[in-house]
Amino acid sequence: MKRISKDNYKSYVFQKMPKSSHFKNMFWAFVVGGTICTIGQGFIELYKIWFDVQMATALASASLVLLAGILTGLGVYDNIGRFAGAGSTIPITGFSNAIVSPALEFRAEGYIYGLGAKLFQVAGPVIVNGVAVSVLVGVLYVIFGGLF
Amino acid sequence: MKFYKSTTLTFKNAHVLGGYTVAGPKENAGKYHGKFDLALQNDMFGQKTFERAERKMFEHAMDGALAKCNLGHDELDLICGGDLLNQIISTSFSAKKYHCGFLGLYNACATFVESLIVGASMLNNGLNNVLCVAGSHFSTAERQYRYPLELGVLRSPVTQWTATGVGATVLASQVHKPVPKVVSATIGRVLDYGILDLNNMGAAMAPSACDTLLQHFSNTNTNPTHYDAIYTGDLGKLGKDILLDLLLQDGFDASKVLHDCGASLFFEEQQTYQGASGAACTALVFNCHLLHKLAVGKYKRILLAGTGALMSPTSSFQGDSIPAITHVVEVQA
Repeated sequence: MKRISKDNYKSYVFQKMPKSSHFKNMFWAFVVGGTICTIGQGFIELYKIWFDVQMATALASASLVLLAGILTGLGVYDNIGRFAGAGSTIPITGFSNAIVSPALEFRAEGYIYGLGAKLFQVAGPVIVNGVAVSVLVGVLYVIFGGLF
Repeated sequence: MKFYKSTTLTFKNAHVLGGYTVAGPKENAGKYHGKFDLALQNDMFGQKTFERAERKMFEHAMDGALAKCNLGHDELDLICGGDLLNQIISTSFSAKKYHCGFLGLYNACATFVESLIVGASMLNNGLNNVLCVAGSHFSTAERQYRYPLELGVLRSPVTQWTATGVGATVLASQVHKPVPKVVSATIGRVLDYGILDLNNMGAAMAPSACDTLLQHFSNTNTNPTHYDAIYTGDLGKLGKDILLDLLLQDGFDASKVLHDCGASLFFEEQQTYQGASGAACTALVFNCHLLHKLAVGKYKRILLAGTGALMSPTSSFQGDSIPAITHVVEVQA
């Protein structure tokens, strides 16, 4: 084979490969993400009939988590995520999907070493990094908090 | 130009007695609809786990191939084959019920062609009947290599879809009627062109496919026009285009004869982007399609180039690029 260098090959492949359409991805992320948030707002308005705002907000989050969990179990959520991308990952429903999908997947290996061990396979890194960054921000706030 | 140190093996008595395929529902809805010996209604295949379903598919393919060739279990000398799961459990576990030798093989998606080469070599060494088998299952491969099935993630346009299916072929040293023969094989080397993107397997494997094909052309004094068809394994549409470009750089125009098993498996509207991937691609297309074409005389001389990406999730997480391998066998009617 005529030697094409690795660097040349990489740039050749990059120029040859189909690119994802950022506009299309952003459009669907906006529509789906927006819809999820609107549904969430709907839940808040609904629960406000019976509860105070703080309680209604918490209940709305719980409802979204439940709804996404059920949709994951029914095999619908991954089909939404396939085109919605961050639109369905970033809202709290994405977190629910990240917990429920490994749970379904690894149940076959038992409840301890399967489900128990792999439950946070996807969400784990989010939690760990989320906590780490919160601590960092907290420390910065303690040091510089007085300035603002 | 200098080739690597490799010779093309030739086989005198590697007759392809017959083949049997088991395919998943999505595969049967694709371009080879109705050509599979057994098409599953459901990819769980009545089992509790996907891994067991894959195993059952292997058992059915192996039993089916023997039955189709009118061979009893006691007439089989050796099973060689593999799959994509860790420790190739699907093949090993399903070989349990046979009382003959077993060689477990792994060359990722090139495993089927590898098994044909090993099987044909064994016939040269005096064995009579060898069963070559390989396959993959979308749902078991997906969770081993990527994410849980139900996780909603955006798929890159360069991705492929792991095919669900198993293909088994019986090679025999003696036959009573004219059947296709595996006449030669070129064993490939491992090549790494620095592709890091796990989704873009076609680009990672194309240079390797080009390398072994050129080696085969050189060793056998042939060029693409000598073959009725050249089928690569699972380069996908993008990988196939890259391979055509690479071959053209070396002065070979293969555009009329080159096909890719993976790219040919699904329809556009099945949303698999670059087509199918997985060890099932070559095993399915060879046994359900190519053997038939050879039998009816539509093809006289073909090449089957199994392509494999040899990374693991661990190597990829550690930032290593994807090495690839390609083996080529020549089959004549």
